[in-house]
Amino acid sequence: MKVLVPVKRVIDYNVKVRVRADGSGVDLANVKMSMNPFDEIAVEEAIRLKEAGKADEVIAVSVGVKQAQETLRTALAMGADRAILVIAADDVHTDTEPLAVAKILAGIVQAEQPGLVICGKQAIDNDMNATGQMLAALLGWSQGTFASGLDIEGDSALVTREVDGGLQTIRVAMPSIVTVDLRLNEPRYASLPNIMKAKRKPLEEKTAADYGVDVTPRLEIVSTTEPEARAAGIIVGSVDELVGKLKEAGAV
Amino acid sequence: MRFGLTEEQEMIVTTVRRFVETEIYPHEEQVERTGEVPAEIAGAIRAKTLELGFYACNFPESVGGAGLGHVDFALVERELGRGSMALTHFFGRPQNILMACRDDQTERYLLPAVRGEKMDALAMTEPEAGSDVRAMKCSAVRDGGDWVLNGVKHFISGADHADFFIVFVATGEDQTPRGPKKRITTFLVDRGTPGFAVRDGYRSVSHRGYRNMILEFDECRLPDGQVLGEVDGGFAVMNEWLYATRITVAAMSVGRARRCFDHALGYAAERKQFGQKIGKFQGVSFQLADMITEIDAADLLTLMAAWRLDQGLPANREIAGAKLYATEMLARVTDATLQIHGGMGLMSDLPIERFWRDARVERIWDGTSEIQRHIISRELLRPLGA
Ligand SMILES: Cc1cc2nc3c(=O)[nH]c(=O)nc-3n(C[C@H](O)[C@H](O)[C@H](O)COP(=O)(O)OP(=O)(O)OC[C@H]3O[C@@H](n4cnc5c(N)ncnc54)[C@H](O)[C@@H]3O)c2cc1C
Repeated sequence: MKVLVPVKRVIDYNVKVRVRADGSGVDLANVKMSMNPFDEIAVEEAIRLKEAGKADEVIAVSVGVKQAQETLRTALAMGADRAILVIAADDVHTDTEPLAVAKILAGIVQAEQPGLVICGKQAIDNDMNATGQMLAALLGWSQGTFASGLDIEGDSALVTREVDGGLQTIRVAMPSIVTVDLRLNEPRYASLPNIMKAKRKPLEEKTAADYGVDVTPRLEIVSTTEPEARAAGIIVGSVDELVGKLKEAGAV
Repeated sequence: MRFGLTEEQEMIVTTVRRFVETEIYPHEEQVERTGEVPAEIAGAIRAKTLELGFYACNFPESVGGAGLGHVDFALVERELGRGSMALTHFFGRPQNILMACRDDQTERYLLPAVRGEKMDALAMTEPEAGSDVRAMKCSAVRDGGDWVLNGVKHFISGADHADFFIVFVATGEDQTPRGPKKRITTFLVDRGTPGFAVRDGYRSVSHRGYRNMILEFDECRLPDGQVLGEVDGGFAVMNEWLYATRITVAAMSVGRARRCFDHALGYAAERKQFGQKIGKFQGVSFQLADMITEIDAADLLTLMAAWRLDQGLPANREIAGAKLYATEMLARVTDATLQIHGGMGLMSDLPIERFWRDARVERIWDGTSEIQRHIISRELLRPLGA
């Protein structure tokens, strides 16, 4: 079985984001970019499936700007076998929308015929939480979202999902789309030998046009604003005073 | 001229940085407090480094290392420099000089060192021979087919964890026009060899938990097979391998300075006095500007010196320059960071006072700043006959 893992290049989670002067989004020029943390978990899960003998090949895919090649190399260094880069934008500030990404991924699925697609539940930049679901809809495949556990059992899979206040386990028919949550696994570090090998692994370059997908945005970003600064706190002298203040604020 | 890193180098940097942040930072406070690295933590760091293939990454692939070039390795050291040296010691980088191992030395020392089974320490310095290495008194004389060692070494880092020692001793003297000159030979000495003792050293203000020890040789008998390299060839061995280790001091200084700088920048952007962020005061902001400029300069000097080694170009002056500038830069950056933090900077609740203390030794070991200046100026003046 082939496993396809889409990975997105996003602003590094340690970077303090800054809104661009024109409010069109956050500044992405000259800031550290990394693989979306949820996608790292997806790559890790795919590699574990391969190590467990349940998958034969792990293919990482990224849709976006040319620089996403670095993100794919990271996936290769972690242990993916090969990579496909689909160039869909020139400007690092252009974010390809979930539907366009899902259509391109559907094209790749058609060409590669994987038995499973594992993606992050969302990208930490725009928090859309849509691509995996859209892909499932386009392909007519089953989907297991927010996975914190995944067990492949022949032509079906058990997906444990994190739901409000507990866990839910569902059975999905294969082939399937699984979107992963934070607690599924702890992604490995790229080992030095794998880092050195990554360069020699195949990385195929494609364009959105190769899949006949129009990536023109359908959404318009009206404005982007910094979160409101937190109001200064106060230090209370005693528990009584604390209770008093909370009552004043209507919190108790 | 290309200043960018390759994709592999970017990934090496990311991986080592993340390793230091997740496997080293969390234990730093404990090491500072106790002055010790618990065996379980040391073992865990070593095991993870081995698993990642980074252990002994400075060694060629032919002996089981990762075959990193000098630039690659400088990048590894730079990221490791962010973390406590007592802990990163177990992200093993055995002395490159072990590549001089011959015959059964390879099986007994080189390979176990690369595999993380044995740790080494290197001993040159003596109470009366620091910068002036050739003044060493520690000596070995022939007795039958053996060598008999006598003397004392001090300030020997990592000797508490070492299984064997690379020891430089005098094996004779040549008369030269500039006076007598000691001949030096390098020996491999196992811990536990009769006549050899490792004693507690001094308590250093820098790098708590990264201990230095005293080695005593009292009629310590070693067979010929313990000589590393040629008899009387110690200086050649030293020059061939040790120059490059100075780059590691420069690289670590750059990494530590960057970590320290992030604290300075963050504090300047948060701390308010006189109704505004202290970073708004030019007295503070201009310090930040100078700090980052100096850090970048030191980074470039270091990588350039490493690049020269990779290219096979002469690099002694450049290495000395990088070591000199990076370590002095680190002193200024840690001091300014502490100043920007005011009184809080002195408190061990923050890591700033530690960075400041740790910085001090970098200008002393692996050749003092004065010795680096001596190397640089000698390279310039000697061709002119001065
Ligand atoms: C914590 C620590 C760990 C160490 N670890 C090791 C180790 O593992 N192995 C090892 O072999 N050594 C080690 N050393 C020794 C270190 O390399 C020496 O301390 C260093 O070479 C300086 O020698 P010294 O301390 O004897 O100072 P000295 O050589 O006595 O120097 C005293 C002062 O005189 C100056 N000076 C000396 N000669 C000249 C000159 N020609 N021109 C101008 N100024 C000069 C020096 O710069 C210095 O300021 C360690 C030292 C420390 C502090």
